[in-house]
Amino acid sequence: MPGPVQSIERAAAILRLLARGSGRLGVGEIATSLGLAKGTTHGILRTLQGVGFVEQDKASGKYQLGAALLHLGTSYLDVNELRSRAINWADALASRSGEAVRIGTLLDGKVLVVHHVFRPDDSLQTLDVGALLPLHATALGKILLAFDADAATVLQQSGQQAGQQSGQQSGTSAPEQILEQFTRRTLTTGAALGRAITQVREQGWAAELEESTPGQASIAAPIRGYGGLVVGAISIAGAVDRVCLTAEQPDPVLVAFVQNAARAISRDLGAGRW
Amino acid sequence: MATAHYVMSVDQGTTSTRCILFDQGARLVSMTQREHKQYYPKPGWVEHDALEIWRNLEHIAPEALDRAGAAAGQVAALGIANQRETTVLWDRRTGIPIGRAIVWQDTRTDALIAEFARRPDADLVPERSGLPLATYFSAPRIRWLLDHTPGLYERAERGEVLFGTMESWLVWKLTGGPDGGVHVTDVTNASRTLLMDIRTLQWDPQLLDFFGVPAAMLPEIRSSAEVYGKATLAVPGVRIAAALGDQQAALFGQTCFARGEAKCTYGTGSFLLLNTGDTPVRSTHGLLTTVGYRIGDQPAVYALEGSIAVTGSLVQWFRDSLGLISSAPEIETLARTVEDNGGCYIVPAFSGLYAPHWRSEARGIIVGLTSYITKGHLARAVLEATGWQTREVVDAMNADSGLALTTLKVDGGMTADNLLMQFIADVLDAPVVRPMVAETVSLGAAYAAGLAVGYWPDLEGLRRNWHRAAQWTPAMDPARRASEYENWQRAVERTFDWLKPGQAG
Repeated sequence: MPGPVQSIERAAAILRLLARGSGRLGVGEIATSLGLAKGTTHGILRTLQGVGFVEQDKASGKYQLGAALLHLGTSYLDVNELRSRAINWADALASRSGEAVRIGTLLDGKVLVVHHVFRPDDSLQTLDVGALLPLHATALGKILLAFDADAATVLQQSGQQAGQQSGQQSGTSAPEQILEQFTRRTLTTGAALGRAITQVREQGWAAELEESTPGQASIAAPIRGYGGLVVGAISIAGAVDRVCLTAEQPDPVLVAFVQNAARAISRDLGAGRW
Repeated sequence: MATAHYVMSVDQGTTSTRCILFDQGARLVSMTQREHKQYYPKPGWVEHDALEIWRNLEHIAPEALDRAGAAAGQVAALGIANQRETTVLWDRRTGIPIGRAIVWQDTRTDALIAEFARRPDADLVPERSGLPLATYFSAPRIRWLLDHTPGLYERAERGEVLFGTMESWLVWKLTGGPDGGVHVTDVTNASRTLLMDIRTLQWDPQLLDFFGVPAAMLPEIRSSAEVYGKATLAVPGVRIAAALGDQQAALFGQTCFARGEAKCTYGTGSFLLLNTGDTPVRSTHGLLTTVGYRIGDQPAVYALEGSIAVTGSLVQWFRDSLGLISSAPEIETLARTVEDNGGCYIVPAFSGLYAPHWRSEARGIIVGLTSYITKGHLARAVLEATGWQTREVVDAMNADSGLALTTLKVDGGMTADNLLMQFIADVLDAPVVRPMVAETVSLGAAYAAGLAVGYWPDLEGLRRNWHRAAQWTPAMDPARRASEYENWQRAVERTFDWLKPGQAG
């Protein structure tokens, strides 16, 4: 049997240290406390940050325990409970925006629609609760990719698989096109999607303009649970000329409606400062 | 820019009190809620602390304003919807309740009801009030409290002790309590006491005499939508402009303003109400004749009601008493782990069966248990119980009204359960439709209050706010529907006559 892995022991020591006292320490303080080289400490901290077990305060540069660690074992939010807690705000969003509302969570590399409110025009519409949507071609999916570490991993894997498959099958498709194309505007490369996801992280909301269905656009924002963990996304979707001001720009009023609804649900789920 | 104005709605429910601010488009602006303690001192007894409920309201009403960033001055009016039939007595001078409130589910008046039913003039009750003699309603509870508290009857006769259902208590407290509090009730709540003449909408002296309730303790009966007074506490200066029983409020919130329109609200219990216009319709199939609403000086609108005692509370029991789920919505997750009920049926006759059976001696059962049954099957049976009970009252409603229900408008917390909503569409063989505001109880109270102060101009304007948010279409094989319904009915029969005459609890 192999001996203990030193870097994991060191990581555990860092987490124990952060769990004590004020809970916010700089990399130098941590290195000194544990008698480690600063470079080693920094490497471990960056790895822990990558999996969400520690967070770095932007202003001070100090490290603290991450939300993902606080919710190990308790982060699971039943999708039926999410719907139940969100239903009033989803209704109000549909009513304010005049568009259909969906709430999605991550399931096996797809967006699972857990709630759907009809567009409030009393036209014939069908409930699509239970449907699976692509992560890369929907606003809901982009939110999950941007804020859910699992989603990004899953997509990477599926992208690699798709790339391998398309390579095996045809041998002629463009090497960078690894994501399924639905329309002319679908983001089909990892690079394009990566840029979109970075923008989503910066602005806190996501848009999808005719990327899954011609003529349709959607706007989404993250729903956060206790501690700020993203547990799902809420979106409005409708005709592109209603959702957007110009070909490239979603209506900021609608963006604000979606973000406000997401915040109201997050607050009811105990998300605190978000 | 003009300052935004809102209507505040208070839904004083069985398990919690909720405060919602609505804007002119009937959209939710902010919502606060607080649960109150349920007291079960003996089998069949259910009590609430009326002061706790008042303190909850004092807390959540300003909190709802805070969350919207609004001041009390921006509230055009406040409307109250309340759990019905729950009975509070309090001291007019001190404002302190006499013991705990007796809740609508409480069956302690069983023996008293049997005693009343044996009297030769007992027919007076259904004839005048439109309701059967049952433990469900308020008057027997008033009598029980008067009988079980020494000296209380004399104090009630002198007007020192007041009676009210929850809306009366809250309006009295809001308007100052011992310090000038207004003691009123509305026609819908009064219609659930067994003390009001369903035609004249006044307290009936013969009914008061029959139940031995002094007139001095009763509130004044007013319309459902009119200004009763101004709040001096909680939200000072706000006009209190509506009160309705929660189920009538939901009928109003679903904009069932025309004769023949119906809705079903899925909460602790579930209640199907059909608007019957300006005439009270007598049921021959176990439904209740009740007042739907009355706006200002306009004639009252009546309704037929199918009351189901236990639906959402069966899910709560599954969560709290059996501990098989940790939150109510998880019942759907658990139920979806299996394909069907596995032959298992649960009839939740926890306090007897209400419409259309009205069997107070029935008690709940789980039948069809085999070693095959898992908790997933039990979860299915829990949800299906709500579906089949709906089917029974819809059948009764169709028989009484001579109409066939073509679509069921639904609302309430359980409409978030897609499996249940699909099952209801399946067993009714009719589409089930949820409106954009699932909180129709709160919305109805807001609508009535807004109408009373001119915040909304008329009923047509309110109708335009109604939009379909979801629809479930029937998809069950007719043969399976028929055989499952038959199984359910056989299960129901097995609950009858469980309690022996004179046996409590």
